[in-house]
Amino acid sequence: MPDASARLAMRDIRKAFGGVQALRGVSIDARAGEVLALVGENGAGKSTLLKILSGAHLPDAGSMTLDGKLVAFSSPHQAHAAGVRVIYQEPEIIPHVSVAENIYVGELPRRLHIVDRRRLIARAREDLARYGFGETLSATTLGERLSPAQRQLVEIMRALIADVRVIAFDEPTSSLSSVEVDALFRLITRLRDDSIAVLYVSHRLPEIFRIADRVTVLRDGAVVGTRSIADTDGDELVSMMVGRDLTSMFVRQPHETGEVVLSVRGLRSDVVDDISFDVRAGEVVGIAGLVGAGRSELAHAVIGSEPVRAGEVRVDGRPVRIRSPRDAIRAGIGFVPEERKAQALLMDRSVRDNVSLAVLRRLSAVRVVRRRAEHRLTTEFVQRLSVRTSSIEQLVANLSGGNQQKVVLARGLAMRPRVLILDEPTRGVDVGAKAEIYHLINDLAGDGLAIVVISSELPEILALSDRVLVMQAGRITGELARDDASEERILALAMKEAA
Amino acid sequence: MTSMTKSSPVSVAPNPPGDRTPRLRRVLDAVGVQNISLLIALGALVTVIGAQNTNFFLVSNIKTIGTTVAVMGVLAVVQTVVMIIGGLDISVGSAAGLTSVVSAMVFTDQHSAGIGILAALGVGVLTGLFNGVVIIYGRVNAVIATLATYAGYRGLANLVSDGRAQGYTGTDSTFVFIARGAIAGIPTLIWILVAIALAAHLLLRYTDIGRNIYAMGGNPTAARLAGINLNRYVIGCYVAAGLVAALAGIMLTARTGSGQPTSGSQGLELQSITAAALGGVSLRGGKGAIPGTILAVLLLGVLQNGLTILDVNSFWQDIAQGFLLVVAVVIQQRRRGTRAIGLP
Repeated sequence: MPDASARLAMRDIRKAFGGVQALRGVSIDARAGEVLALVGENGAGKSTLLKILSGAHLPDAGSMTLDGKLVAFSSPHQAHAAGVRVIYQEPEIIPHVSVAENIYVGELPRRLHIVDRRRLIARAREDLARYGFGETLSATTLGERLSPAQRQLVEIMRALIADVRVIAFDEPTSSLSSVEVDALFRLITRLRDDSIAVLYVSHRLPEIFRIADRVTVLRDGAVVGTRSIADTDGDELVSMMVGRDLTSMFVRQPHETGEVVLSVRGLRSDVVDDISFDVRAGEVVGIAGLVGAGRSELAHAVIGSEPVRAGEVRVDGRPVRIRSPRDAIRAGIGFVPEERKAQALLMDRSVRDNVSLAVLRRLSAVRVVRRRAEHRLTTEFVQRLSVRTSSIEQLVANLSGGNQQKVVLARGLAMRPRVLILDEPTRGVDVGAKAEIYHLINDLAGDGLAIVVISSELPEILALSDRVLVMQAGRITGELARDDASEERILALAMKEAA
Repeated sequence: MTSMTKSSPVSVAPNPPGDRTPRLRRVLDAVGVQNISLLIALGALVTVIGAQNTNFFLVSNIKTIGTTVAVMGVLAVVQTVVMIIGGLDISVGSAAGLTSVVSAMVFTDQHSAGIGILAALGVGVLTGLFNGVVIIYGRVNAVIATLATYAGYRGLANLVSDGRAQGYTGTDSTFVFIARGAIAGIPTLIWILVAIALAAHLLLRYTDIGRNIYAMGGNPTAARLAGINLNRYVIGCYVAAGLVAALAGIMLTARTGSGQPTSGSQGLELQSITAAALGGVSLRGGKGAIPGTILAVLLLGVLQNGLTILDVNSFWQDIAQGFLLVVAVVIQQRRRGTRAIGLP
């Protein structure tokens, strides 16, 4: 329902990336003098909505009004000029200049291009004191010496001196200590009391109950509902966040599993800590968790592409020493990375070049690649994975996202792994290709391959996994058997923490 | 994205494509647009120069072009390999000067061409190894690392030679054979270029090593996750560059009859990079091939020879070369579809 008193009203906002609909008609109202929290699972559309608000993305459809006036931002600059600011987790800070210069960048006090440094510092001190940061932030500190919290404060100061009307925080506490969180919350309260509209995006429920006045829940790019914070509780919010449409989803049949193939004990890296788990032949183990929980980092630690501090990895019961992805492949661990363009594909080379990349040595005689063997191998996998391409000589750049993903999967399978780790195997692929990849994973497990699936999509985890490991802050916080796993339980484990 | 894909389901012809494409199209695809442009440019240049001075077409002049491009050619070939892997070697010219001096001085001391040549090759390998180690283990950008050794190796060459030509190899049969000998009527220098170019071409095109080099240049993260040992490949490429620079140094010694610290080798780094860029090697790595580089080497050689024959002030040659490098890179950027302005 339209809200006349709203400072900011976004109406029926739609946005698609490629074939993926990120927002399908989202409407929110943020009132002056209140904190509106936005919550939702990974991929619910929170970040996209903020990017549209900040002018970083243009919506495909929909409208925005600010104090009743229709606005449209085609660049962050226009959003700033209108008094709309989005504070990201890692704001842009110029490292080698002072806090004062960072705050007033673009509008330094000057005469004929000569910056009046004394006046600049004095003004910065005054403004910092006025907003109560006199103690926490010195005007002369260099940008590179600031803590994550101080960086956010600089970004907030940039907004405040520019007469802000709407301010949005994107997961502001993820890199803050609890003392810094307290300071941030005092500031947010103050902004609210100055009758600024505050948007607060987070997946930490305890924080939302501490700071927000109302909360809007997003799911699959649409608004599920809005509650006043006094009228709701954590259970209700979680149940609103989960429960995606499962009708078209694929569900695996339970089946027998064999011996333990991959065994990880006490693995520790810069990001993950005390990771222990087993994967059996024919078993699919899902790894769930929120963004930043350390799921991909876990995979990279196992395959040796991130330095490992401690821990042991065994394949088929034999301990293996893995210090590089090369060692992992030799040990029989295949890996399909998360970002296919950045981490896997040679975009301007052929399907053949891409499929055979990791096994060229095996296909070679006296280091000369045997064309016929390579052709046979590629053709086999292209047919098995139903890669739609005019020929195996087609450039990968000319394939659709789903078919590119199948090419990456083909490379992983060509390694003949004993265990295959798939990081977001269906990210950015269309529904049809998704179903095909699910069937492939099912078939591979049926053939006795041990499989680890890392995914941000809970329905995907539930559909594929025999067992689910839930990660939070670099650790495994829970394990759920197939029959016990549900979106609610996974989310509860993923968000389990003291605020 | 999907619109680019042919929608015929699971259709993979057992043979590579092109069965129904017209023959002309197939020839064009096989040779490549870049190479055809180079051939056209080469043809135009030959026509213009030949029309001005028919001496250009004399067999002796063509041999002169061949022998003058040989030194630059081998360096352009190895520069191509280094650039495909995503690097750059600015120190090749200085390394050639250093090894030229070493070959002549060791030869004079030991009275053996073989030992002189081996010493030069050894020093060349060391120069390349040093570059590679600095780039990999010092995490120094390749341009900066080899710019530093560009100055360093040249200084070293001047230091050991006192800044003068050293030794006299003009009477030794081995050096004379390299400089002026011929096999089957074709000068030895040209044979050396052909051998190096062929070896690099076969390596890049037919071996797993070559395919891994392209993969590293195209997407280093993907290459690493596919189990390729990046460090070993990068160091290997720079060592190869050092080795070939030593070969160039030996060729220089043979041609001039003495070890030259700077004369003859100065500017070879620019020429080799220009040839590779003009031949279609991407400055970002992952793209390019030896045939294109060889065509560009010929183009540069003909241009240089033509300007000399037509009695153009030699300073113009430098200007022409710098201009060509810029043109080559601008063409590359345009073909990649980069916008015609800088930052937003």
